[in-house]
Amino acid sequence: MKGQFLSNKLGIVKNGILTSNPTFRLVLGMCPTLAVTTSAFNGLGMGLAATIVLVCSNALVSLLRKVIPDKVRIPAYVLIIATFVTMLEMLLKKFVPTLYSALGIYLPLIVVNCIILARAEAFASMNKVGDSILDGLGMGLGFTLALVVMGFVRELLGAGTIFAGSLGSVEFGITQDAFPNYKLPDYALGIFVLPAGGFLTLGILMALVNYLSDKSKEKKEKEHEAKLNRALAVAQAVESANGVQNDAAPAKEEE
Amino acid sequence: MAKYIVSSSPHITSNTTTQKIMLDVIIALIPATIAAFLIYGLYPIFIMILSVGCAVTAEWLFNLITKRPQSVKDLSAIVTGMILALNLPPVVPFYVPMVGSFFAIIIVKMLFGGIGRNFANPALTARIFLVLCWAGVMTKFVYPIDLSNGMNLFSYFENVVNINLPVEITSATPLAGVKEAIEKMAKGEIVNPAAGLNALDMFLGRIGGSAGEVSTLAILIGALYLLIKRVIDWKIPVLYIGSVVVFTAIFFANSPYVGEYVWTYLLGGGLMFGAFFMATDYATSPKAPLAVCIYGVGLGLLTVIFRKFGSMNEGVSFAILLMNVVTPLLEKLVPCTFGAKSKWETNGKKIAEWFKKVFSKKQKSEEKEAQNG
Repeated sequence: MKGQFLSNKLGIVKNGILTSNPTFRLVLGMCPTLAVTTSAFNGLGMGLAATIVLVCSNALVSLLRKVIPDKVRIPAYVLIIATFVTMLEMLLKKFVPTLYSALGIYLPLIVVNCIILARAEAFASMNKVGDSILDGLGMGLGFTLALVVMGFVRELLGAGTIFAGSLGSVEFGITQDAFPNYKLPDYALGIFVLPAGGFLTLGILMALVNYLSDKSKEKKEKEHEAKLNRALAVAQAVESANGVQNDAAPAKEEE
Repeated sequence: MAKYIVSSSPHITSNTTTQKIMLDVIIALIPATIAAFLIYGLYPIFIMILSVGCAVTAEWLFNLITKRPQSVKDLSAIVTGMILALNLPPVVPFYVPMVGSFFAIIIVKMLFGGIGRNFANPALTARIFLVLCWAGVMTKFVYPIDLSNGMNLFSYFENVVNINLPVEITSATPLAGVKEAIEKMAKGEIVNPAAGLNALDMFLGRIGGSAGEVSTLAILIGALYLLIKRVIDWKIPVLYIGSVVVFTAIFFANSPYVGEYVWTYLLGGGLMFGAFFMATDYATSPKAPLAVCIYGVGLGLLTVIFRKFGSMNEGVSFAILLMNVVTPLLEKLVPCTFGAKSKWETNGKKIAEWFKKVFSKKQKSEEKEAQNG
């Protein structure tokens, strides 16, 4: 019973991260996904900011789900989300000003982020607080994961660095400063930092995710079929064994 | 007894195969390749070998990894590699054609389902990808080789890995000169866009430009072969080139050098190559007559707009890519079935009725107002 409860809750989180990943499966929140992911650090920051807002707003919407009248629910959700976004914006401005300036307009735009509104509408307004928080966490982490992967690919190909700049010392790219006497050629595929590269990366990653999920689905179906066949074979064997007995029995009666 | 085959129509088949068509295209590309060799030496040939090799390898590997039937034999990868190499500036670092043909084959062609299912011309999309990646490399063109000046066929080979070509060997393309003239025109100065250019040089290809695009003569020889073998249709290239001439004349009508603008736009840049070898790609160009007209004229209009108002000197590849993407929509303009009322007629009638209604209402309300007033 307890195990089932736990797996149920974990399923909600897993649903957000894998099965219905907001970016790759639901295709929600495309604007920040394409605009912000020019580097992995920006993607991480954007994802975490959205996660915090998503968890808080999901909790509050779920708490107020019986109070909010149906007709004005969207303005009410926007108000709740805007409150948290404003708080987050002030905090970031004070404590992480580099990220604040990197995210720019996309930070206040979290207010109208599709994922947050969609989860408030589709999940938090119909479920209990605990489940809603877990759903917010799962969806937020799924979003963060997608943004980090996209930012990683785009930064690596487009600028030749990994988590460069923003994280200070964590920089793997070879820089010009290390070779003052030699002019390093610029091999970076500049298109990946441009908007066109954002679409390209998103499309290829989405195709990859679909391919992998199709493959695992096929595998599961095959396993299921094999199980079914085995069960059928066993059932047939049992039936035929019974059948022999049954065939024998009426013969005796006839005698 | 003879063997009878029962099958549905079509019963008349020709012996045309993808392989034969692609072989014809390869033959048609040979004059442009020879021209590139005569003008720039062996370096463009080296780039072409790299490009073709990478394209074929990429297709072979993709089929191997995804367990598809091998499609290398249809020769389309070779054509893609050749067109890409002829599209590049004559001197580029060795990895540029490799990345380009890899992108063309894997991402533009194979990921969408292989030959015939690509939404845009692979070589052309790869060229745009490379321009956006390495704008500095892709917009620097070298001088034609001058044998009397101490250069030999192996000149330019020292630039195999050099990403920034030295300024001494780079030359301005005719289109760069035109761009300068346009900028000066905006300031009020009137300059001849073809100053220092010679129409014969441009026709033969003794100018700066992409390896295979400079020699209009070689391209026309190849195009003539394709037209005679009926591999391509004359409509798209003729409409494209014709509309470029017309729109250039319209866009530069206020300049005293209209004629110069027209012939530099015609002979400079990739217009001829694009019109005959890339705009006519089967998978990405429309077939219905009306759609072909819109496609050709649209290409011409977009090319002139990109060249005149765009930030880059060249606009052919962007114009073809854009019209490639529009092609599925153009194909929907299907002609009506025989005897049926044409779509234009019924829609036109509907619009006329709607106008009548609106105007009669207006008149009535005006009359009413007049009465009230």
